[in-house]
Amino acid sequence: MSSDGVNEGRRRFLIGATSAVGAVGAGFAAVPFVQSWQPSAKAKTAGAPVVADISKLDVGQRMTVEWRGRPVWILRRSPEAMASLKKVEDNLRDPQSAESNQPEYTKNEHRSRSDHDDIVVLIGICTHLGCSPLYRPEVGAADLGSDWLGGFFCPCHGSKFDMAGRVFKAVPAPTNLDIPPYYFMSESLIKIGEDGEAA
Amino acid sequence: MSMFQSLMGWVDARFPATKMFEDHMSKYYAPKNFNFWYFFGSLAMLVLVNQLLTGIWLTMMYNPSGEGAFASVELNIMRDVEYGWLIRYLHSTGASAFFAVVYLHMFRGMMYGSYRAPRELVWIFGMLIYLALMAEGFMGYLLPWGQMSYWGAQVIISLFGAIPYVGEPLMEWIRGDYLLSGITLNRFFALHVVALPIVILALVVLHIIALHEVGSNNPDGIEIKKLKDENGVPLDGIPFHPYYSVHDIVGVVVFLAVFLTVVFFFPDGGGYMLEKPNFEPANPLKTPDHIAPVWYFTPFYAILRAVPDKLLGVVAMGAAIAVLFVLPWLDRSPVKSIRYKGWISKVALMVFAVNFIILGICGVKQPDLHVEFLPFDLTYRALGQIGTVYYFAYFVLMPFWTPREKCKPVPARVRMGH
Repeated sequence: MSSDGVNEGRRRFLIGATSAVGAVGAGFAAVPFVQSWQPSAKAKTAGAPVVADISKLDVGQRMTVEWRGRPVWILRRSPEAMASLKKVEDNLRDPQSAESNQPEYTKNEHRSRSDHDDIVVLIGICTHLGCSPLYRPEVGAADLGSDWLGGFFCPCHGSKFDMAGRVFKAVPAPTNLDIPPYYFMSESLIKIGEDGEAA
Repeated sequence: MSMFQSLMGWVDARFPATKMFEDHMSKYYAPKNFNFWYFFGSLAMLVLVNQLLTGIWLTMMYNPSGEGAFASVELNIMRDVEYGWLIRYLHSTGASAFFAVVYLHMFRGMMYGSYRAPRELVWIFGMLIYLALMAEGFMGYLLPWGQMSYWGAQVIISLFGAIPYVGEPLMEWIRGDYLLSGITLNRFFALHVVALPIVILALVVLHIIALHEVGSNNPDGIEIKKLKDENGVPLDGIPFHPYYSVHDIVGVVVFLAVFLTVVFFFPDGGGYMLEKPNFEPANPLKTPDHIAPVWYFTPFYAILRAVPDKLLGVVAMGAAIAVLFVLPWLDRSPVKSIRYKGWISKVALMVFAVNFIILGICGVKQPDLHVEFLPFDLTYRALGQIGTVYYFAYFVLMPFWTPREKCKPVPARVRMGH
């Protein structure tokens, strides 16, 4: 091939330009392949937030709703239960929830949103091996000791949690019970699975 | 001219069949001093063929769905299909055999300096095969959809969650769901049976093309191409075919005797190859008491757990694999083979091999347990941390001791009878 009269600069520019356009095209072509790995519409529906009506939830009562295949507990705590949180602090493994999984707005001593600090929302799965702990609000329950101030007890391996789902020391569970994202749509409705605008 | 010769003449005018056979078999000159360590390359090929063949057959009987996977393995393949158990055990034992053979193959390379110039790309293609093999093994282990399949995959996928900012969305993207589910199983199946085998086959071709371009190393680490006869044939070389093609059959026989003993008599490998919780179907609500990866991942799992911070643990595990890629540039010794290197290299490599096995043990054990075989008190976590330090020290210090230590003179010709 003769190289007489070849404009090297123009040739390099054309090669560079076509390669760049081709690379952009390949990038766009990758989009459907990458995006198809996102949760499908069906998976999204199955994992969609759930709304719970707490208008009939009495003080001290707990209700359970299902979200993403797991039990979510909603608990309206009494003033005595709220007061107990301070008393048990010395016996807890992670009282400040530093090592535990929860949204930022529940990383406080009550593990609840500040606008409704008596309501606690917990994922009802023991952080040890995935059993579902029991709700044991009775103060001084015979089987849990006279110093028991109410909380949750896992029957599988004996892990204990306080009224905010915080784990006690010297039990197998490593961290506090998880808290899902949630927000109050109104005084009586909680949406579980979304942080809401205020977050 | 015979009919065969005229047929080959016709083909060769259209396709380089004879040329390829000569280049890679009958006129590929390999050093004449190969010892038993050189069996593991061809054995890796044998295991690859076994995995492809049994894998294709298993695909015919397997149901890649969250509802059907466990039953299709434990009921259909293991009980209903004729010889289904054998095909499955050949495949599951083959996975372990693949790693055993590849680890020995890599150790051979480290001993004789087979990664040194001009074989850096041979080593790097080999490392890429190893990486693809790890992905293949990990995804394959999810498919029986037992408890250990599920929770093992859960642990590995959650490693990606340690990456800042993109961790959570990345996990969701990998799983295709908010928890590990049948959707994840389906895509792992596609990657395991189609995508990764293609990648591995392509890499094997690249590995061999690179090897045949530069020629094989040998236990003496001598370049046989430096001394050639009047026909251009290396004086210390012999044609791969028939010498090594026949020679390797001995290795195949010994390998098959061991391999089939495991397949027939110890198919679960004492719970290390097929773990006990895996005989229970996957249950997202119930975590097994003790989650441990299959044995071939445990050295890296021990490194992961040696670091108390989750993200740094993941980084350490990645670095443990990444550092192997740059090994050709860390070794600055004037000689290739361990035979002529100084005592520091000899001791350091032997300790490295023992240390790798100890790390493997640490990865299986509960970290808070105390090491039974030591006279003093030490947890497996602490032992794993010591092992991790040595693992990295071996590579980081290599550029400093290799150019300084006293090496033996390398002879011009290879030595036999070693």
